[in-house]
Amino acid sequence: MHLPSYRRYEIAPEPRMPEAKTARRVAIVGGNRIPFARSNGAYATASNSDMLAAALDGLVERFDLQGEKLGEVAAGAVLKHARDFSMTREVVLGSKLDRGTPAVDITQACGTGLQATIYIANKIALGQIESGIAGGVDTTSDAPIAISEKLRKKLMLVNQAKTGADRVKALLKIRPGDIGLDVPANREARTGLSMGEHQAITGKEWGITREAQDELTVASHQHLAAAYERGFFDDLITPFQGLERDNNLRPDSSLEKLAKLKPVFGGPDGTMTAANSTPLSDGASTVLLASEEYAKEHGLPILAYFVDAQTEGVSYVKGEEGLLMAPAYAVPKLLDRNGLTFADFDFFEIHEAFASQVLSTLKAWEDPTFNKVKLGRDTPLGAIDRSKLNVNGGSLAAAHPFAATGGRIVASLAKELSEKGSGRGLISICAAGGIGVTAIVEAA
Amino acid sequence: MSDTYLKFANSFVGKQLAPRLGLPQPPVLKRYVPGQKAVDGAVLVGQAEGGRLATAIAGVLKSADADVWTAEGPLRDAAGALDLTPKIYAPETAGDQRFQALVLDATGIAHPDELQALHAFFQPVARKLRPSGRLLVLGTPPESLTAGGRVSQRALEGFTRSAGKELGKGATSNLIYVAEGAEDQIESTLRFFLSPKSAFVSGQVVRIGVGAGKTAKVEIDWEKPLAGKVALVTGASRGIGEAIAETLARDGAHVVGLDIEPLAADLKTVTDRIGGSAITLDVTADDAPEQLAKQLKADHGGVDIVVHNAGITRDKRLANMKPETWDQVIAVNLIAPDKITLALLKGKVLNRGGRIVGVASIAGIAGNNGQTNYATSKAGVIGLVDAFSADIAAAGGTINAVAPGFIETQMTAAIPLGIREAGRRLSSLGQGGLPIDVAETIAWYASAGSGAVQGNVVRVCGQSLIGA
Repeated sequence: MHLPSYRRYEIAPEPRMPEAKTARRVAIVGGNRIPFARSNGAYATASNSDMLAAALDGLVERFDLQGEKLGEVAAGAVLKHARDFSMTREVVLGSKLDRGTPAVDITQACGTGLQATIYIANKIALGQIESGIAGGVDTTSDAPIAISEKLRKKLMLVNQAKTGADRVKALLKIRPGDIGLDVPANREARTGLSMGEHQAITGKEWGITREAQDELTVASHQHLAAAYERGFFDDLITPFQGLERDNNLRPDSSLEKLAKLKPVFGGPDGTMTAANSTPLSDGASTVLLASEEYAKEHGLPILAYFVDAQTEGVSYVKGEEGLLMAPAYAVPKLLDRNGLTFADFDFFEIHEAFASQVLSTLKAWEDPTFNKVKLGRDTPLGAIDRSKLNVNGGSLAAAHPFAATGGRIVASLAKELSEKGSGRGLISICAAGGIGVTAIVEAA
Repeated sequence: MSDTYLKFANSFVGKQLAPRLGLPQPPVLKRYVPGQKAVDGAVLVGQAEGGRLATAIAGVLKSADADVWTAEGPLRDAAGALDLTPKIYAPETAGDQRFQALVLDATGIAHPDELQALHAFFQPVARKLRPSGRLLVLGTPPESLTAGGRVSQRALEGFTRSAGKELGKGATSNLIYVAEGAEDQIESTLRFFLSPKSAFVSGQVVRIGVGAGKTAKVEIDWEKPLAGKVALVTGASRGIGEAIAETLARDGAHVVGLDIEPLAADLKTVTDRIGGSAITLDVTADDAPEQLAKQLKADHGGVDIVVHNAGITRDKRLANMKPETWDQVIAVNLIAPDKITLALLKGKVLNRGGRIVGVASIAGIAGNNGQTNYATSKAGVIGLVDAFSADIAAAGGTINAVAPGFIETQMTAAIPLGIREAGRRLSSLGQGGLPIDVAETIAWYASAGSGAVQGNVVRVCGQSLIGA
């Protein structure tokens, strides 16, 4: 290169700005879970770590991930012992994955599993990782029970005392009344109401009938039973501790049988029963996600793509909105951003925390006043085709180990889309604290 | 002045004993506390087919930030336009839901057959009203209708009055007739009858937009609906008058209290406390009306609200009554309000949109043993309302009256025990009212939002059997 005489150096090329990365498509490769078990039953002695490990091991085996170093594993549990602060990482270390696979614990009540999926999917979309596993686990049989707050504070003072005498003095301050247990309760901290009590209010305010709830419940059991019958779950479930199917499933569930049950929420005239509400349960689920390149390179199948997600919160503390109504707000945002309507979906996976919750949400989407006043829409979102709702059963039948539900839904929906070979599915999960987590999945 | 039995019946022991002994169980009535919402609790709204007030009712409930419930249907769908999302009521899903108020727009009832709507709406929720709850029916003044409409709208009164006797637990039942065209004038009235301010008003019939001048919809601060107004209260040194003065001041008015010379010190204590002014005057003096008019004009540039509260009793059976006993009562209770009202109108001292409120009595409606003089004067007060109505309406103002029943004051404390107890218990609410109950009713008449509330005589009597 000819340089003018005064220039004794070559001009360095402009430093290149890192290119703004466009989002990449995120492939859902597959999932694995253990059958869900009713509380204090089949998994009474299993810990969260045991169950998550079982679900993860099954996934690793199914997709030959032994020794593989994945981008990240994200999972969580709603009810967790303090000692399990690094539960997911510990489970990864105990698995056949490469020990260099990082892991993170995340929690968002019943939204945990789906939020973990969103977390991994976003990292893949941004090119930060190529592959990852999302999961969740919960046990109400091995729940963390703490000592009473008064006793704990006084014991902390004992611990902080410098001399033996001080320690004795601190110990003597403990009164019999301080001794007690702090058992975790399914209760909103700010209202003191359990989730069922909250939903009883919401269902009442939306005029949700007992019959409609029982019908949804029967459909959930029938759909789940049918899915088992046709072997749908054969490559989605690994048996655990002698259990091969969700043991909450009642294939013979019927409206007549359900009609006999007494209400458990909303007083003696309430509409919510033990059948049309999800039971406390134990279980774990996992989902394998990857970039398209990674999937191709590793010869992994692509069941579907994880397209987009939306999390919303509602103010429920003074009864401004129902505790579990956040998905009713999240879904329209998600649809609008993707230019979609309900007619564009082939499957709707609405988490059945309570039949009443699903029906309240559906009714809100159809309701002209809710759409106008709360969503600012002149035309309602409208009704969904009920034949597309929870086609392989929902939480009412499968049960709902809080953090494990998201993974169950993502994997099942991806597989259903893959079987159909085209189409789109919507996921909607309500969570404690007035949270709603929603997502769109598309066939590959 | 205190109702000892009411306290006993609501004590732990009283609650066990009263029902077992078949004694009356008067409830403790919820009363208004400043800052409180107009309706603290769920309001169930219904509409008989063809009604014309549902939008107006929904608008009020929206403005009052109420918790609104209604059945699915056109009424609920239309609420969206008002930025309201009523909760859905259905008998089979309502479960343990209780309501603070049940409101039915019955204006659509045009034939006696359609009175069935009363049963259909209220029957399923008859036991779902909370203590101190409110039942309200809104109709069309029957006198403005003919044939089936007239018959069925008139029939509503029998329903609300009977319901008032059945509800119990301090709940009240009232009927509001809204003239056609006055739909946008219902807010102050609806707020009053829904709120704890109407605690002791039950079994009443109110008319809105009948005989009133043209009234525009006004923007009101409902915490201070009388802001910037000057209110004259006669007999303001104690009892009901003191409560009226305090309540009008609470609502933002500058209160000019008036009483006779011997009570000047008491009066000053009251007006000082509420930041008002005091006038010492004998309302029966010949020059009193002119003197009062002059002073109001000079000191305040006029007056917006006049409450003719000053009153006396001189009870005697007619056979034993001396002429001066008769004359005194008529002079204070009837002649003075008449003359003062006239003077204020003639001298244009009553500002445009002014409010005149007379204080009648159930004795004036039902009559009372030993009170021929008193009852004559109080029935005359109702006559004042009728007589002045047209003139005051022409000036954009209103004239109405309250008719207190048994109110716990020094006056009623002097009644012999047996009669006093009968006076208290023989009412739907099973107790005497408080001076504040009368005062709140007057404050409703006085409200800037009550421009279409004209010519009413509302009893503040807990739906007393006497005079019913």
